[in-house]
Amino acid sequence: MKVFIYPTNSLILSDLVERFGHEPLAIMQEVGKKVRTQGLDSPPMNMTPEDPKFGLKYAAVEVPSGVRGRMSLFDPLLSKAEAAIVVTEPVISFGCMGCARTNELVNFLLRGKKIPLLRLDYPNTEEEAKVFVYKISEFLKSLKPAEVKK
Amino acid sequence: MDTVTKMVVINSSKLLPSDVAIKMYELKADVMVKETCFGIIVSGERSVVDPLLLNIRKLDPYGIFIKERGFSPGEPYRCRATRRGGAKPGFHNLENEDKLLPHIASALKALDRGEIPVEKKQKKKLDIDKLREIIKGSEELK
Repeated sequence: MKVFIYPTNSLILSDLVERFGHEPLAIMQEVGKKVRTQGLDSPPMNMTPEDPKFGLKYAAVEVPSGVRGRMSLFDPLLSKAEAAIVVTEPVISFGCMGCARTNELVNFLLRGKKIPLLRLDYPNTEEEAKVFVYKISEFLKSLKPAEVKK
Repeated sequence: MDTVTKMVVINSSKLLPSDVAIKMYELKADVMVKETCFGIIVSGERSVVDPLLLNIRKLDPYGIFIKERGFSPGEPYRCRATRRGGAKPGFHNLENEDKLLPHIASALKALDRGEIPVEKKQKKKLDIDKLREIIKGSEELK
């Protein structure tokens, strides 16, 4: 199954999802597609004429362009998501490194999609990490296995 | 042709990034390998990279963590050599999560042993009515 992860560039979540036999949907895949596309000067900062259309699906034109630009990257991931693992309030999405409005919108859209959703906190201690990994493994075991990519 | 770049983060007491890089060269796969401070970056066809990294993970299943990366090794848009140094985008999250990897490794070991962890009850935040009562009580004491 295709599992959306949040934070979308998380090493731990991406690794655990793959380890337990599913396909992680991470932002790196979309950035990679842009990097490998010819004709963009500085991906992912540059956009194609098609990208704003994807962004406008989720946010109106008066919404900051950063939100729409980010949503254009998230759109293929959100549309493919069959399940999701969300870490609530990750440190990395606080402040200038993240976009609070995009993060809120992504979480809102995930809740609205009615897909299996697991919400957790990042662990700080070994005991918390055990609970974190156990919950993720039980959640992923309850999903159908992923198809093998060719 | 589906090209993919993967990041192999090593957090192991048994392995060094150079050991993994040498192992990759030994396997003679048609991939590009770059050794870094946190591990290695591998770039190549998905059909080659995925089975190769499955083999590499067996070297230390609890010490090797893998994720996809958008940029290939030495990409001029992101390579620090062409951007006058500084942390590359994505480094801060990697640094943040790198601290948790020893905990995740021991959690994975515990999971393989069949341990079922017990979740600790989290302390509830102070109720607003309770706080009001405390404030009133302290005012009355004055």
